[in-house]
Amino acid sequence: MVAEIGQFALVIALCLAVAQSIIPLIGAHRNNLSWMSVGRTAASGQFLFLLISFVCLTYCFVTNDFSVLYVANNSNTKLPVYYQISAVWGAHEGSLLLWVLALSAWGFAVSIFSRALPADMIARVLAVMGMIGIGFILFTLLTSNPFERLFPAAVEGRDLNPLLQDPGLVIHPPMLYMGYVGFSVAFAFAIAALLSGKLDSAWVRWSRPWASVAWVFLTIGIALGSWWAYHELGWGGWWFWDPVENASFMPWLVGTALIHSLTVTEKRSTFKSWTILLSILAFSLSLLGTFLVRSGVLVSVHSFASDPARGVYILGFLAVVVGGSLTLYAWRATQFTVGGRFELVSKETMLLINNVLLVVAMITILIGTLYPLFLDALGLPKLSVGPPYFSAVFVPLMLPLVVLMGIGPIAKWRRVPVKELFSQLKVFLLLGVALGIILPLAIYRDTTVMTTIGIAAAAWAILTALYVVLRLIVKRDGSTSIGKAYSKIPRAMLGMMIAHIGIGVFILGVVFTSAFSDQKEISVKFGEEVGLAGYTFVLEKVTGIQGANYQAMRGSVNVTKQAVPVVTLYPEKRIYTVQRNPMTEPGIQTGVFRDLYVSLGEPINDNEWGFRIYYRPFIQWVWIGTLLMAMGGLLGAMDKRYRNLSKANAKRNSVPHTTPT
Amino acid sequence: MTPKIKQRLIFVMVLIVGFGAAIGLALFAFQKNLLYFYSPSQIASGEVETGQMFRLGGLVVEGSVRRESDGITTVFDLTDTAGSLTVSYTGLLPDLFREGQGIVAQGKINQQGVFVAQEVLAKHDENYMPPEVAEALKEAGAQHPVSMPKTTIN
Repeated sequence: MVAEIGQFALVIALCLAVAQSIIPLIGAHRNNLSWMSVGRTAASGQFLFLLISFVCLTYCFVTNDFSVLYVANNSNTKLPVYYQISAVWGAHEGSLLLWVLALSAWGFAVSIFSRALPADMIARVLAVMGMIGIGFILFTLLTSNPFERLFPAAVEGRDLNPLLQDPGLVIHPPMLYMGYVGFSVAFAFAIAALLSGKLDSAWVRWSRPWASVAWVFLTIGIALGSWWAYHELGWGGWWFWDPVENASFMPWLVGTALIHSLTVTEKRSTFKSWTILLSILAFSLSLLGTFLVRSGVLVSVHSFASDPARGVYILGFLAVVVGGSLTLYAWRATQFTVGGRFELVSKETMLLINNVLLVVAMITILIGTLYPLFLDALGLPKLSVGPPYFSAVFVPLMLPLVVLMGIGPIAKWRRVPVKELFSQLKVFLLLGVALGIILPLAIYRDTTVMTTIGIAAAAWAILTALYVVLRLIVKRDGSTSIGKAYSKIPRAMLGMMIAHIGIGVFILGVVFTSAFSDQKEISVKFGEEVGLAGYTFVLEKVTGIQGANYQAMRGSVNVTKQAVPVVTLYPEKRIYTVQRNPMTEPGIQTGVFRDLYVSLGEPINDNEWGFRIYYRPFIQWVWIGTLLMAMGGLLGAMDKRYRNLSKANAKRNSVPHTTPT
Repeated sequence: MTPKIKQRLIFVMVLIVGFGAAIGLALFAFQKNLLYFYSPSQIASGEVETGQMFRLGGLVVEGSVRRESDGITTVFDLTDTAGSLTVSYTGLLPDLFREGQGIVAQGKINQQGVFVAQEVLAKHDENYMPPEVAEALKEAGAQHPVSMPKTTIN
């Protein structure tokens, strides 16, 4: 019964999405206010009914309703309740439902927070979001209905994939989806601007915070995915250049370009059509990501099932969205006026280069990801593009970007003398290079050219980011207090500083962990001492334990450093009762400067096991850095000027319009 | 040159240089980092030179898995039912490595004609067959019942 309510709610949501995409658009065209306002109501309704639908599915999971096929396939009575809830998005059908729920949540948020927007613009934005909603709700209903019944009902469920039974995986998909889908708002704004032909600074101020918040979600989503891979896959790696990872990384790169190009469009009202193009591109890549992940063309943890109908549907939808929006772009984008002039050495040019580098990086990743699929589709020899390719193309592109990141924020708009930049930054250049040489030597008594360059880049990024803000406090007039000078700094600038420091911290983590990690794969007897990076590891024993829905062999590993006990780690080898798949659960001690990571292999004989030990210096900095980026983005989105603007507009809009109805 | 044209010129130049760099980098990196996939019977017919890195896929032959005395090196035969090849791998094998399982290994053939794997991939599902392996088996005319992926897990 509940499943039927859920499905019915989904159908109602579809009807509302149809209303949302047609009526406001006609209203905007005819300047009919009451037609336009249908968008808001429909968006709220769509969100409500999708929420009902989602709650129904969750209810089916929690109550172990195995007469629902999707529940029977992905849950089990023995599954702990928090994993029963996360199992809702643990496979294809439910994750799509989450996708549309996220989409409607964004639509609902737009309808609430944009009351001050011109009515015709909000009508167009919501209409575009409604169209995307139709596409995906229809996709869910036609090809991937999570409420499909199973007759006769199963006695017991087939359980959630053991790999997904991890806290990181509980929140990774919702975050990632909020990010993916969040770019639909920037996309809808771009299409609305193309339709109306209006792209002024007010438009930018409206669409900018949305793009930033979407970017923040995507950043957190990707970071969680990487954190999960590190904790769950048992190889001690954090990024594999797996096509699925690339699928989420490509919209991130373009999204990063977008939030930078929006600055130029806002401040200098130039780069307008470029910004529009990036908005379209960011969302198109989100859709491409969905296609790659959901169609089954890729083989990974995410491609739940390969049903050709689904792939064809998403590909068709992708073609309609990308083709349609690019056609509209080609037709309408030329009308936007060119804004402020600038010279070759200026903030504008630097942001332009930033954008080009980010987009170029995206293209190289796109080539590496799609090329094997492309050859495969043509029936040519099968091949794969390995991680070395991505490192080889990505690192050289990111290095100039980081250098630029130190210069851009202090460069002036329009024109800036090179001498002025150099005199301000030479100290940091020297400091950065010095730290690049000294730090690795001081900590690890070892270095390479790449390590030096990497650490220098990280130090440069952090120091220059601090300088951008600190100079405003140091150079205040004598009369203002430090606190006052600080409070005057715009949030957006603080956000930028934190995000850029985050990049520095991230680079530091990546460079140190890739340069100075150490590992051993060996077979050890119980009690045998194994030394790694100054630590001594002893596998004392392996005992059998019984988990909620698995049995495990659990090792006790004593770690000492110069005979001083450090920690006892408990790596496990689990067999989940239902799916019978073995799973490696590493034992990890996390630290600020290093992680110790052990995992069990296979038993060699009664008192000897295959054993894997990793020493991973600074690996947590990778995620701390991404967290800082996300925090910076959030702070930037909360800048006063966006809120003041909405107040100012609210006042202006409250004056009754003489709108013919 | 008017400022407007100059500005356009900056824009176009940056774009051309940037995208040129992208294509150049990609092509350059492609040359070195493409991994081709071969099946054991393709190796037998001499399609691959020694010393070339590639991916090899097939089924682990039942009863062929043995461990070397160092305790960590495993030697096994990989087959596509038409041909087979001996593979050696030093390190812990993935959770789902077992006899009869379809796997993909990445490495080189040494002088002795043994495929020395640097990486062994076995997917996390007992029903899973890597698509490359499934196809290679089909081409080799395997009578072996090949189950296609149901849930395909990394």
